[in-house]
Amino acid sequence: MTATVEPEVGKSRRRKEDARLITGRTRWTDNIALPGMLHMAILRSPAAHARIAAIDTSAAKGMSGVLAVVTGADLAEEQGSLPCAWAITPDMKNPPHPALAVDTVHYAGEAVAVVVARSSAEAQDALEAIDVDYDDLPVVLDMEAAIADDAPLVHESLGTNKNALWVFDSAEAGTGGSVDEAIAAGEVVIERKYRQQRLIPAFMEPRSVLCDPTGEQFTLWSATQIPHILRLMLALTLGVPEHKIRVIAPDVGGGFGGKLQVTPEELLVFLLARRLGKPVKYTETRSEAMATAHHGRDQIQRLTLSARRDGTITGLKVDLLADMGAYLSLVTPGIPILGAFMYNAIYKIPAYRFSCTNVFTNKVMTDAYRGAGRPEATFAIERLMDELAAELELDPMEVRERNWIRHEEFPFTTVCGLTYDSGNYEAATDKAKELFDYDGLRREQLERRERGDAVQLGVGISTFTEMCGLAPSRVLGSLSYGAGGWEHAAIRMLPSGKVEVVTGSSPHGQGHETAWSQIVADQLGVPFEDVEVLHGDTQSSHKGMDTYGSRSLTVGAIAVVKAADKVIAKARRIAAHMLECGEDDLDFAGGRFTVRGTDKGAGIGDIALAVFAAHDLPDGVEPSLDSEATFDPENFSFPHGTHLCATEVDTETGRVTIRKYVCVDDVGKVVNPLIVEGQVHGGLAQGIAQALFEEAVHDENGTLTTGTFADYLLPSAADLPSFVTDRTETPSTTNPLGVKGVGEAGTIASTPAVVNAIVDAVRHLGVDDIEMPCTPFRVWSAIHGRTADTSGGQAGGGLGSIQGGLQ
Amino acid sequence: MRVTMVVDGVSYTDEVEPRTLLVQHLREKLGKTGTVVGCDTGNCGACTVHVDGHSVKSCSMLAAQADGCEITTIEGLARDGKLHPVQQAFHDNHALQCGFCTPGMIMQAIDLLADDPDPDERTVRHGLEGNLCRCTGYQNIVRAVQDAAHRLKPAAEADRERETVAGGE
Amino acid sequence: MIPSAFDYARPSTVEEAVQALVDAGEDAKVLAGGQSLLPVLRMRLAAPTVVVDIGRVPELRGITEDADNVVIGAMTTHYDVARDHLVQDHASLIARATETVADPQIRHRGTFGGSLAHADPAGDLLAPALALGAVMVVAGPNGRREVPASEFFVDYFTTTLAADELLVAVKVPKHTGWLSHYEKFNRVAQAWSIVAVGVSLRVSGGQIADARVGLTNMASVPVRAVGVEQALIGQPAGADVLRAAAEHAAEGTSPGSDGNGDAAYRSQLAKVLTGRALSMAVGG
Repeated sequence: MTATVEPEVGKSRRRKEDARLITGRTRWTDNIALPGMLHMAILRSPAAHARIAAIDTSAAKGMSGVLAVVTGADLAEEQGSLPCAWAITPDMKNPPHPALAVDTVHYAGEAVAVVVARSSAEAQDALEAIDVDYDDLPVVLDMEAAIADDAPLVHESLGTNKNALWVFDSAEAGTGGSVDEAIAAGEVVIERKYRQQRLIPAFMEPRSVLCDPTGEQFTLWSATQIPHILRLMLALTLGVPEHKIRVIAPDVGGGFGGKLQVTPEELLVFLLARRLGKPVKYTETRSEAMATAHHGRDQIQRLTLSARRDGTITGLKVDLLADMGAYLSLVTPGIPILGAFMYNAIYKIPAYRFSCTNVFTNKVMTDAYRGAGRPEATFAIERLMDELAAELELDPMEVRERNWIRHEEFPFTTVCGLTYDSGNYEAATDKAKELFDYDGLRREQLERRERGDAVQLGVGISTFTEMCGLAPSRVLGSLSYGAGGWEHAAIRMLPSGKVEVVTGSSPHGQGHETAWSQIVADQLGVPFEDVEVLHGDTQSSHKGMDTYGSRSLTVGAIAVVKAADKVIAKARRIAAHMLECGEDDLDFAGGRFTVRGTDKGAGIGDIALAVFAAHDLPDGVEPSLDSEATFDPENFSFPHGTHLCATEVDTETGRVTIRKYVCVDDVGKVVNPLIVEGQVHGGLAQGIAQALFEEAVHDENGTLTTGTFADYLLPSAADLPSFVTDRTETPSTTNPLGVKGVGEAGTIASTPAVVNAIVDAVRHLGVDDIEMPCTPFRVWSAIHGRTADTSGGQAGGGLGSIQGGLQ
Repeated sequence: MRVTMVVDGVSYTDEVEPRTLLVQHLREKLGKTGTVVGCDTGNCGACTVHVDGHSVKSCSMLAAQADGCEITTIEGLARDGKLHPVQQAFHDNHALQCGFCTPGMIMQAIDLLADDPDPDERTVRHGLEGNLCRCTGYQNIVRAVQDAAHRLKPAAEADRERETVAGGE
Repeated sequence: MIPSAFDYARPSTVEEAVQALVDAGEDAKVLAGGQSLLPVLRMRLAAPTVVVDIGRVPELRGITEDADNVVIGAMTTHYDVARDHLVQDHASLIARATETVADPQIRHRGTFGGSLAHADPAGDLLAPALALGAVMVVAGPNGRREVPASEFFVDYFTTTLAADELLVAVKVPKHTGWLSHYEKFNRVAQAWSIVAVGVSLRVSGGQIADARVGLTNMASVPVRAVGVEQALIGQPAGADVLRAAAEHAAEGTSPGSDGNGDAAYRSQLAKVLTGRALSMAVGG
């Protein structure tokens, strides 16, 4: 029987998920084929803003294998409007958002017609036979120009390009002082404007959706992060009874927020499958994913920081412009608002004002991308801390230390009214500085400066925190979010003692099957191998709020713990009956109830079998140990950490090379160190990529010019360094596991660490900012006092190099 | 047109349209869905298979070009229920998260170890520069490949793998 | 996405291949390694009616030598070129540049001739071929002709190849014992060169007896940095000479502008990279 065993939580368990993934036994949506399945292809607008004057589908309809050619006009009555679940203000402007454009297209890549055919090749062939006449309309791309008085409008009917104005003011909220007074009285005032470039989530698995209408329920497989939300939204948008829809997220190849969406393609596949009575599948190409899956970031930040000459911050004012793109998607307008509470970061800032103007442009929608609002905020404040240090000629770490919340001051209520439950910024920083050799690198930096080396060294700091574990439902309610932030779990005790765990979290690479198994193994005292985790199918996992915002462990896994508590409570009553003792006489440990003071006992598996037989249960006890729980957290969790980056900047070419990257993260209690380390690595890669490589660029017509992996530069293994990662462990006090979440930490922290390091390397050459991504061209231009015009022109390389000579 | 190829040890003869991509043939006709498509420009490497013993992006090759060739996919690596050492190393080193890039990453790692059985970190990183991963930051992938190199010594199974697969030319 | 439908020809001799091109007319595409063509076909940026696959023409593959030249078959893959002893011994600049092309999988399929015929100014093999004075052997309906690299490249993605002509082989004059380096500058490892520089030097008794320098992506065609070459020849192979010579790198170039750099930046890169390539070649 189970003796006292080493706890599973804390072990670097190899992942259960891997066995299928490393052998190719995978269930990506595009791998699924059904009898009679048809294929959908989408004709997309080349114009960013145009009226659809005419569409001629007659030739396409007659082509081999073509079952249907459908335009927006054909679907106008049934397609509804794609949902936005977050009305951030009561007067927020929200234009109709059809899955298939009816009379006007508002961004390049918007769907204007679909073909359903026997094969995907035939569907593609038929697209080329559809003839669309567009009447061009003025294209609005630049946010600052878009809000000018005489700007052309993205949506004529709205009368403005402004979606909403959202303001938080600590003086008005009673959580702090007046920022205007603070700035007026500031001994030092720093003003900066930073640009958060538009990014593309670029999950590796292109999105795919398959709808089978042949059963009693419509079954929809989709490469989505949010099967549960998708089911509800399909029902609400299309007027289909919710219980007639089943959504399955099978193997999903990454998301990073990019698959936190209800997509036009999902609606269209559903509608066409329903119309034709046959299974219909659509899988996007990478080019389609780049152009039409939602983008992230894209903000202009105007920042004013006031401080005393000793480095103490007295006020922070944030004015944002946030690019929505052409429509509102699921949580588009709320993304910048998620950052509103994080500009003050780990610092004791007494006065704060945040205002954000959301702006429509003729570009694809923005929405969640790893970090969602918080990376932008963290970048701004961490860059400002360096600028303040430079202004005061202080070490940037010293300025941070002067302002941060000391560990003995927790719990600490911030100027935004959030209460940080725990943290220890000193401990993480001390550890990071030691691993980094902070003083040694500073010395080398000085030497290189004095020698005037062509390659200069810079040190960048990012002492970050984030709010994650979306989220307490009451907080979401206060922000007018359209849903709660709870999560659901159920545990099924099988007669043989094996365990099925049902979770409303919906993993797409995070390793929930492994981590949840570890947690349940400890809770119920069963072997890790005896736990099966079921997820991502609204039929088996019938209730959930899905996976995003580093919420799965801090909300979803806590629901699992609560469900396990209920299983044990039920089992205890039966065990007492079986062992002929009182419930209070029983101890439960290692999967076994024992009668205190005796050697009598019963394993949880024995009890499960007894319950299955149900021959001898206490009166009034139902024959089931199965339990479920829905957990709604009381607070966010606040992971933090200290990231240190050393970059070498080649002043002759502008090339930036990361020499050393050290991070010490405090994500609370760790369930699986291996998985945590992997999450940090991947997060760092994405944050570094924002600093150095990635940018969605549009030409003056609104065409995405970085629409393939040849132009939108994801770093490969050869472009990234090895990272030194370590942890401190300050448990969260707001959940029973003490966990905080780790999915976004690396991404949020790393971008400013890298850019601070670059600026630090060349600050003595007169540089105090370089726009992201810090390409060699931009860095070299900054050093030489030039403005890098990155708007286009012609030279070899990129997609042009692929297509060039072949036309 | 008619093409014949040996895929994971099994010979297949099929009629294909000339425009059929090798990856499409593998996935749709032969059911080899372990090999996936991640992009349309040959950048991501998710579709990497071995053709006559060398790694190739199967999205950038016509099925017709593979006529007469011997092909190994991710599904053909495990022998007698035993994982290939590179597969095992990916598992042991947590070198995958979502797993979508993993088949291509493993196939390329095997190729790189065949060329250099004892690669240093830089060699591994450059050997994988044609394979994109969005989850891992690559660090554990690099670790896994170096770990696999140690496992393969002195048996040099990567070379054996190459020899058994080669010979179709 | 998959390509538009096309007819497929798979000749087994050069003559058959040329005939297939003649038969197909203007709408044919030659499929060599396919590493640039296949993505274009998949995205339907081109839709040829006929694809002529020259992958099964034995004559086009392999590397031989004659008294003066290394002769590289057009269909020899990058992988094979980079590892070939004849190339390494007699045209090491070609080997160095080839090692940097794209990524390993693409080097397994992509071909030397295919890259040259594609004539992408950001491609890495054009400038080395030009610098070493390579000669293209071209087959057409009227037989074969030879075109020096200096005349072969006409403009962005344009060569003197006619629609019914095929690049058969490339004769690279032997540069036995020359010191070479290819310095490539790009943003990520698998990206095209923003600028790259190939240098090959014959150094004898500490003197630079001869020098060849080719620039990638500094114009719509590859460019030979004649000013650099002249500043090197006859001079001692010392750091000062190399540095001074590199200052001439941008002379006579007409670099384009794009998001990765404007003309001024590319000119700066050309000088810096030339200096580095020269010192690597001499030092390595």
